[in-house]
Amino acid sequence: MNFKNKDIISIKDFSKEEIIHILETAKKIESRKAKPSLRGKIMGSLFFEPSTRTKLSFESAMKRLGGRVIGFDSAEASSAKKGETIHDTIKMVEIYADVIVIRHPLEGSARVAAEATEKPVINAGDGANQHPTQTLLDLYSIKKTQGRLTGLNVALVGDLKYGRTVHSLLMALSHFNCRIFFVSTESLRIPKTYLDFLASKNISYSEHENPEEIIDKVDVLYATRIQRERFPDEAEYEKVKNAYVIKSSMLSNVRKNLKIMHPLPRVNEIDMSVDKTPYAYYFKQAAMGIPVRQALLCLTLGVLK
Amino acid sequence: MRAYKVYAIERGTVIDHIPKKKALQVLEILGIDGDDDSIITLGMNMHSEKMGSKDIIKIENKKLTRHELNKIAIIAPNATINIIDEHKVKEKIKVKVPRVIENAIKCGNPKCVTRHQPVITKFYSIDSEEIKFKCHYCEKEFYADEVQLL
Ligand SMILES: [Zn+2]
Repeated sequence: MNFKNKDIISIKDFSKEEIIHILETAKKIESRKAKPSLRGKIMGSLFFEPSTRTKLSFESAMKRLGGRVIGFDSAEASSAKKGETIHDTIKMVEIYADVIVIRHPLEGSARVAAEATEKPVINAGDGANQHPTQTLLDLYSIKKTQGRLTGLNVALVGDLKYGRTVHSLLMALSHFNCRIFFVSTESLRIPKTYLDFLASKNISYSEHENPEEIIDKVDVLYATRIQRERFPDEAEYEKVKNAYVIKSSMLSNVRKNLKIMHPLPRVNEIDMSVDKTPYAYYFKQAAMGIPVRQALLCLTLGVLK
Repeated sequence: MRAYKVYAIERGTVIDHIPKKKALQVLEILGIDGDDDSIITLGMNMHSEKMGSKDIIKIENKKLTRHELNKIAIIAPNATINIIDEHKVKEKIKVKVPRVIENAIKCGNPKCVTRHQPVITKFYSIDSEEIKFKCHYCEKEFYADEVQLL
């Protein structure tokens, strides 16, 4: 498997074997079985819209391995304001950087960036489309906490209609024959195309409106943020947002190995009373972004194979 | 008995098996607006054994390029093209939806990068029960009847 100069744009571009290889590389780095160095390497960090969480994680991943970071963290600071195209910005940055990380609000922007250069491009989120490093860190967290990816019971809770993280995670999990429980209101149900896709891969699933119906049966509960801007009126948003709050009182009969995950930031999907239970994993999950992004940087730069 | 009430032509192209009510869109794709000298005959909601009803277009004195034929396939995947010469069918071509379609479809996603930056659009045809088109950039999928052409 050769990842050198490969772009990381969409989770759909990766085979099951490639996904496993990335996760195993991350594990080697985290356990210090592999001690790669990115000394002398420069990461171009192009954030055309702010995303502090993702930006800090990438920067930390690069710097902890001895690499350096250049770039900008808003469209105002880039030449985009002056009308420069993504293509031309990349043509400039490729002179200075060995690997390029891009976050841009337009969907498909990372693909455009990747086509403009021979240097590896990593998508750090292109609008509502893809955010593959988030998906990989989600998988890594699941693997780490459950010891495996195959045959798990996974609940996806919250905004299943628009939630990018949920859709990407679902595509990735489809390689591993998990049983999927969808929990959402009628208005935020998982789109039919995804259900058809699961059916075509013989993956069993069910849809639910109340997390309490399924919480005792699952190994992983993945909650997502319900975004205010998805709702035409405030009243409907208030109703929906309070329908799925995971509380510690729901956890009395759950599986011992249950882990509750969330891509963060949360609004109120998970009550703070859950934080100190052994089931809360969302803060540790965010920390898994470091080894996963380090693995991707090392693989695409050809420092690890 | 003749199935069509559209008269036969001496020389030109007959586009048959167009889904009903799509004939005008096919003309639009071909850039035919009646401004040149070709005579165009349009049959809409014609009876068809295979399709129930269909549209048909006859264009006199015009040959279509391969590129134009492929564009027809995007909205009329089952169309057949009959090249007519001296009242006879000289060639019968079945249009084929290309697997990759470049620079022909406009992405229907307003947030797609191709709608905001100078990027040549690229779509993949996905052959499921119904043909769908997937944007190479934003990854959104569109049914044939939702597709807008450039
Ligand atoms: Zn698009």
